[in-house]
Amino acid sequence: MYDIKALYEAENISHAIQLLEKHPAAQIIAGGSDVLVQIREGKRAGAELVSIYGLEELRGVCLEQDDTLRIGSLTSFSHITRDPLIQRIIPVLGEAVDMVGGPQIRNIGTIGGNTCNGVTSADSASTLFAWDAVIELTGPEGSRRIPIQEFYIRAGKVDLRPAEIQTGILIQKKSYEGYAGHYIKYAMRNAMDIAALGCSVNVKLTADKKSIEDVRIAYGVAGPVPMRAVHAEEAGRGKKITEDSIERVSEAVLEDIMPRDSWRASKAFREHISKVLCKRALKEAILRAGYTELKTEHTDSLHVGTAYRGGEQG
Amino acid sequence: MSREQNIQYKLVRCKINGVERETMVDVRASLTDMLRGDYRLSSVKKGCEVGECGACNVLIDGECYNSCIYLAVWADGKEIRTLEGLLGENGELSDIQQAFIDETAVQCGFCTPGIIMSAVEILESGKEYTREELRKLLSGHLCRCTGYENILNAVEKTMKKRLGKL
Amino acid sequence: MERQEHVIGKSVKRVDAFEKVTGRAKYTDDLCGKEAYVAKILHATVAHGIVKSIDTKEAEKIPGVVKIVTCFDVPKIYFPTAGHPWSTDPAHQDVADRLLLTEHVRFYGDDIAAVVAENEVAAVQAVRALKVEYEELPFVLDVQKAMEEDAPQIHDTYPNNILKHTTIRNGEYEKARKEPGLTKVEGWYQTPTVQHCHIENFICYAYMEQGRIVLVSSTQIPHICRRVVGQALGIPWGKVRVIKPYIGGGFGNKQDILYEPLCAYLSTAVGGRMVKLDVSREETFVCNRVRHAIRIHIISYVRKDGTFAARKIECFSDQGAYASHGHSIGAKCMNCFPQLYPCPNIEGDSYTVFTNKSVAGAMRGYGIPQAMFAMESHMEDVAKAMGLPSYQLRFQNIMPKGFKDSFSKNVNYYDTFRECMEKGKKVFRYEEKLKEFKNQTGEIRRGVGMAVFWYNTGVWPISLETSACRMVLNQDGSVQVQVGETEIGQGADTAFAQMAAETLGIPFENVHVMTVQDTDITPFGLGAYASRQTYMAGFSIHKTATLLKEKILDAACELTRQIKENMDIVNGKIVRTTDGSILMTMEELAMEKMYSLTNNGHLTAESSLQIKNNAYSFGCTFAEVEVDIPACRAEVIDILNVHDCGKLINPALAKAQVHGGMSMGIGYGLTEHLIYDEKTGKPLNNNLLDYKLSTFLDHPGLQAEFIENYEPTSAYGTKALGEPPTCSIAPAIRNAVLNATNVAVNEIPLTPHILFKRFKEEGLI
Repeated sequence: MYDIKALYEAENISHAIQLLEKHPAAQIIAGGSDVLVQIREGKRAGAELVSIYGLEELRGVCLEQDDTLRIGSLTSFSHITRDPLIQRIIPVLGEAVDMVGGPQIRNIGTIGGNTCNGVTSADSASTLFAWDAVIELTGPEGSRRIPIQEFYIRAGKVDLRPAEIQTGILIQKKSYEGYAGHYIKYAMRNAMDIAALGCSVNVKLTADKKSIEDVRIAYGVAGPVPMRAVHAEEAGRGKKITEDSIERVSEAVLEDIMPRDSWRASKAFREHISKVLCKRALKEAILRAGYTELKTEHTDSLHVGTAYRGGEQG
Repeated sequence: MSREQNIQYKLVRCKINGVERETMVDVRASLTDMLRGDYRLSSVKKGCEVGECGACNVLIDGECYNSCIYLAVWADGKEIRTLEGLLGENGELSDIQQAFIDETAVQCGFCTPGIIMSAVEILESGKEYTREELRKLLSGHLCRCTGYENILNAVEKTMKKRLGKL
Repeated sequence: MERQEHVIGKSVKRVDAFEKVTGRAKYTDDLCGKEAYVAKILHATVAHGIVKSIDTKEAEKIPGVVKIVTCFDVPKIYFPTAGHPWSTDPAHQDVADRLLLTEHVRFYGDDIAAVVAENEVAAVQAVRALKVEYEELPFVLDVQKAMEEDAPQIHDTYPNNILKHTTIRNGEYEKARKEPGLTKVEGWYQTPTVQHCHIENFICYAYMEQGRIVLVSSTQIPHICRRVVGQALGIPWGKVRVIKPYIGGGFGNKQDILYEPLCAYLSTAVGGRMVKLDVSREETFVCNRVRHAIRIHIISYVRKDGTFAARKIECFSDQGAYASHGHSIGAKCMNCFPQLYPCPNIEGDSYTVFTNKSVAGAMRGYGIPQAMFAMESHMEDVAKAMGLPSYQLRFQNIMPKGFKDSFSKNVNYYDTFRECMEKGKKVFRYEEKLKEFKNQTGEIRRGVGMAVFWYNTGVWPISLETSACRMVLNQDGSVQVQVGETEIGQGADTAFAQMAAETLGIPFENVHVMTVQDTDITPFGLGAYASRQTYMAGFSIHKTATLLKEKILDAACELTRQIKENMDIVNGKIVRTTDGSILMTMEELAMEKMYSLTNNGHLTAESSLQIKNNAYSFGCTFAEVEVDIPACRAEVIDILNVHDCGKLINPALAKAQVHGGMSMGIGYGLTEHLIYDEKTGKPLNNNLLDYKLSTFLDHPGLQAEFIENYEPTSAYGTKALGEPPTCSIAPAIRNAVLNATNVAVNEIPLTPHILFKRFKEEGLI
């Protein structure tokens, strides 16, 4: 039994907005896998809740008229992973959210909830950063769309105005066309864990597949909110693909990230792992983008920390 | 700091183990609270109450959820299945339950109901999975007794039997 | 001719399997009535201090609150909590240092007040509304710092916070280490604080009936619980009745009295109404028991041929805030040292030391996983220093056949250790893998390692060993069996049924073991701990079954007029042994006897006996790891345990139990660690997300092999298996990482953080 003061169930988006206007102290509950846990912990005990769980209109993935990929904010992680559009256009997002918690959490957890929490470790967030995702917010004044980087204000705080709800996450065609990506979650165990570090990389290769035309590198847990590694991207853009150039990109990461010391991991450790992940994720993204010559001595290890392990006997 | 004591209730109608049910539910209740408290479905276990152990796992419209972090009111209109629903009319065990017995996959038994319900979702997909994929599909459950070994054996064998491959 | 079908050694299905796969097995919470009040505890938020006041005013206003009890209200009766047999000799009694609620806070999470409410939400709200004023005291978290002169004093009567210090002085260490040509090998080894993580948290409920307290508790030790509740409340022990239903795992945590006395007290405080105390996962981590973190220092003086001239060990065992099982664990940790690799000149010192942390108590392995991590890591270090193969070094120095321990009188009747090692080496392809993994240079490297373990069975001669059993014949020829040893998930009831069936000569299905225990009904017994149950209960089951069988054959003699000596019970039938003819079935016999108007009788038997024996249980682990050096990760690729636990009563159950122990050992070696904030003493990861218990994806398939050397002192040839599987895993993994990377890591768990630090120190990254 949760210590909830009142629960208001929204029937549709405008009803949700009305309820939020009527109960300004109320918090939004989507899937509840974070909100309910915080109520139990005492952090949000006694809260008033507006449940948007029942808003079917916010579930599902589709292509808009201009081929923008639209993900309804209440789409669960497991549904994103299984979605054919996701699998075709940005499979890496499906892979990333397939590393959240365990299967039951992926059934209840929503991508909107994951981003609205404003936490840096969200598995979806670094990948959405890497793909220049746009956040759609709907409130009493109507809808607005902002880049995901503007949506995150600081740790635990996102640009969600009073009575506003996040209704969709969009990835424009120019952001995904021709790009291939890879996400590595670095966690202390292979399931039921939060990322100690997450790195999502995507690249677009030149027509001859020998150079990097564009590269986007994003991190979770390398700072208070998910972030892009702009210096590292700069170091890679336009470069011929060699072990050396990849190495230089990963070294440049240190100019961008600002991890901190905590009991979960030291700054030095996070910095070291950031470089390793960048290198490995970049290599895999390059391979996925169609490059064939790159020799990688640790293909297996590309998956280290990604909830997949090597084959098992029996 | 006195609190309001206006407890809010909602009528929740849902199908539980194949039977249409309805009851007034305190809106503060988790689905675990409702299933254990109102329907006496004690196979739904409490191990952490924050969605980390999987002991309270049930099927909602065919998908697995930790009922501890699912509000009971959300169950309205849903079809819910718990371990109690697997038993045949005359008390016959389902194949997966029998496999848990045959493969010595049960020890203290506290995680067992939740894991069997995840196995049901896996088996009902009709797909064949590798052992590694099964590990991932079951990874929302913690067990301290078995080392997971015999549980995997039970699920894998039942899957193969259903697919006619064993 | 009717031949007895043997059930010992057969993998019969668990007697409770049906209940558990259908959800019908009733655990404590499933039995508790809806009418129960809910109790919640207020835990201290300082690591050391004195509670000056608790303001209950706001909490009392919360609707639904029934009663608030603070540390100022409870009786000042100090009681012990260890799940040990009681001793009538005060010198051997467990330390009585607990109160129901305490004014003197000794760890972050100590119990200072409790609320009883009509529902959980009200109870939780009230606990949060209590306002506490503390006088904070300096605290100490490190075991060796706690021993320093200026360290904060945690208990008045234990100077330097040393609960107990014991020693070993065998031979002449100082003289022997001066022998010319010796190599000195020295190491410090650190093991972590970990928790049992049974999936059912501790829970109990209490109410009063006919002036007595009835407690239903998720406990491994119902009879001990009755005693401690009596002691804690200062009431006659017979006024307490403890019921143990199905238990969702214990692993030693529930071999301690946790909150049963408080729950019983709270019931008395609300007029004997039912009060439920359901402990959360977060509380389970902090306010139940944990495994002792032990820091171990070992010095070996080694001859060129790999034999030991002199050895020294020091153990610093972190007890946490209260004595619980006391020095037993630290002592056991040290005491296996001279037995594992016998050496004539040994010096040992073991200290159990209070710190301001969660209370350490019994946990699967009871000091031996710590000991084996240090001793078997050290063995590998010795081998490396001497340039000898470590397998060889172990093989040559390990406890030989015929070894007898002077204290326990345990005898190594077979060459068990070496048999286990040889079997493991072959099955695991250890030598081949060693060769294969030589001279690796890449970022990803493989390695193999091994470790052995030493264990014993039960607590004799340190404490009392006794067991009692009752059997009752039913009309249909089936038999009820009751023992004081408890089923907590391990499969004990099934093994007991197999033993009873075997000795009585009746089919396994006709034995009904009473899994729910009740101290008013169940014969006196000690419970589930020390891997004792199949061994200890075996004696009383054998004795009682033999007694009942005598009575059955006496009745058969009356009814068939055959002499007893010519009859036997075979597969549930009375058989004339001289010609093999079936004289009557057990059902016929029972019906005749129970309803006879001339010579009526109800056939039952009961016996108890003291056991003055113990038995060695040995084995080893082989592990293969893959180390990703840049990613600072070690992963177990393949792992095998080999055990000699004597005759296997139920091979499938034995194997399953080994799997579970191995999994727990892998967590101990690689991921599990309860962490405390240095600045506040607050536990930081007391939940199942931040505390990294292995999931389905965190270890490979588990292999278990056995050597079945019949234990000559045992009723059924069996001995310890419950705890041993956890003991040698961590050092085997550590040694495999050493083999792969040439980096010795002397601190577990081998998390990426530790590997990062060590790989940096060694220049690998």
